Amino acid sequence: MLQIQCRDLTLGYEKQVVAKDISFEVHTGDYLCILGENGSGKSTLVKTLLGLQKPLRGTLEFGQDIRANEIGYLPQQTDTQRDFPASVEEIVLSGCINRLGMRPFYGRLEKEIARENMEQLGIDHLAKRCYRELSGGQQQRVLLARALCATRKLLLLDEPVAGLDPKATEEMYGLIERLNQKQGITIIMVSHDVLEAVPFASHILYMSHRDVFFGDRESYLKSPAGQMYASMLEAREKKNL
Amino acid sequence: MIETLRYYLQYDFVRYALIVGTLIGLCSSLLGVSLVLKRFSFIGDGLSHVAFGAVAIAALMRVENDMIVVIPVTALAAVLLLAFTGKTAIRGDAAIAMISVAALGIGYLLLSRYSGSANISADVCSSLFGSTSILTLTGADVGFCVVISAAVIIMFVLLFPKIFAVTFDESFAKATGIQTQVYNGLIAVITALVIVVAMELAGSLLVSALIIFPALSAMRVFKSFLSVTVCAAILSVAGTLSGILISVFASTPVGASIVVVDLAIFMVFAAVGKIRG
Repeated sequence: MLQIQCRDLTLGYEKQVVAKDISFEVHTGDYLCILGENGSGKSTLVKTLLGLQKPLRGTLEFGQDIRANEIGYLPQQTDTQRDFPASVEEIVLSGCINRLGMRPFYGRLEKEIARENMEQLGIDHLAKRCYRELSGGQQQRVLLARALCATRKLLLLDEPVAGLDPKATEEMYGLIERLNQKQGITIIMVSHDVLEAVPFASHILYMSHRDVFFGDRESYLKSPAGQMYASMLEAREKKNL
Repeated sequence: MIETLRYYLQYDFVRYALIVGTLIGLCSSLLGVSLVLKRFSFIGDGLSHVAFGAVAIAALMRVENDMIVVIPVTALAAVLLLAFTGKTAIRGDAAIAMISVAALGIGYLLLSRYSGSANISADVCSSLFGSTSILTLTGADVGFCVVISAAVIIMFVLLFPKIFAVTFDESFAKATGIQTQVYNGLIAVITALVIVVAMELAGSLLVSALIIFPALSAMRVFKSFLSVTVCAAILSVAGTLSGILISVFASTPVGASIVVVDLAIFMVFAAVGKIRG
């Protein structure tokens, strides 16, 4: 089912255009990887998808089975969060904030949802621990659990492995793949790490200052940008040998 | 000692001071946690200077109750600083510093040029340092403080999960459909109210201490948002009450006594935090 459709988006701030002619669509169960150089407008596109910013031109439409506030968002970490006194449980629970409406406090249902998501990501034993004392990989799992509390349908992950060591990176990709394969959750992932991210993706949106590519992984590998990726992969394999 | 305390408690002004002190301590510490974490530690300083400027304007206009001028002006400054930060040309800390210094200058200028009072420097000194004003509270002052404090505490408790979400991660909250601007605006208005009330007690130069010390002390030792908030509230009330009692017994300035107690508490908690690792 169609979840998101973007047509001819032009993104930017006031007078400055950051990216243009972006068209793509996302269907239920897709794994879309958004790649691109620094400054190519990836973060701006994320903000637009989340409704934090309006596109300068073009349309962004959501399908029938999803609303704009049903996107589970995994943001890049900010400095404030690194020394924030909060327990894992409090943070995961805050993912249920959109269920509260006018109610002031979380109820049994929200606590149950939070607990399930912590179990699923293997962080239930950390529930009472302080967020700032966890390792980078554990912190990302906490934020992923929070994102899952906000959605059952679509996760938007902004550089989910930035700053993680190789082992934690691998685990994180594994978790994301499992959520996509086993639970059919749509994944939109922004990454600058082409080599690591492409193998998992079903679709690729490649943004650069010159042009924008959108298609499934097979056609990406045949495109000029994909050729570049293939040669990088080859170079790495040679190095490993 | 207990005899002396009982002796002093006979007097309305001591009882009033203790009631108002408890309430102000409670309110300022609740907000303090959020403000410190949002990197707005200096907001207390800035807004209290704005309030000082507004007091001067109110004096000039010969308004009967200067709160009619002070509260809206301070609230407006708070909303400008807190709710619109990041969207303006001048950012956070610089904006606070600018507004604070400007308001102080304007206030002092107006007072010295137009005030009818003979002893300007004493007036200025007492509104900056709070001097003994808390010991001269009337029943009406106490009533005003009780109403404002009750409103702040009720609002804070009811909005607790939302304040957490907005403080911890504004973009996530916004992406999940929370009206972050509304909550930021509310936090700003509550902050302004608390500062206006707290100025009565501590004076504008010492308001910051009431906001930041309890939060910082609690953060040394406690590790969840709820426990930090509760601990900050308890520390703040304890610090404020002991400060007032010290000032009554030892005839020291109220605001300064509270700050010194708060500082001592902070050092103890910092040490405990270090030992625990």
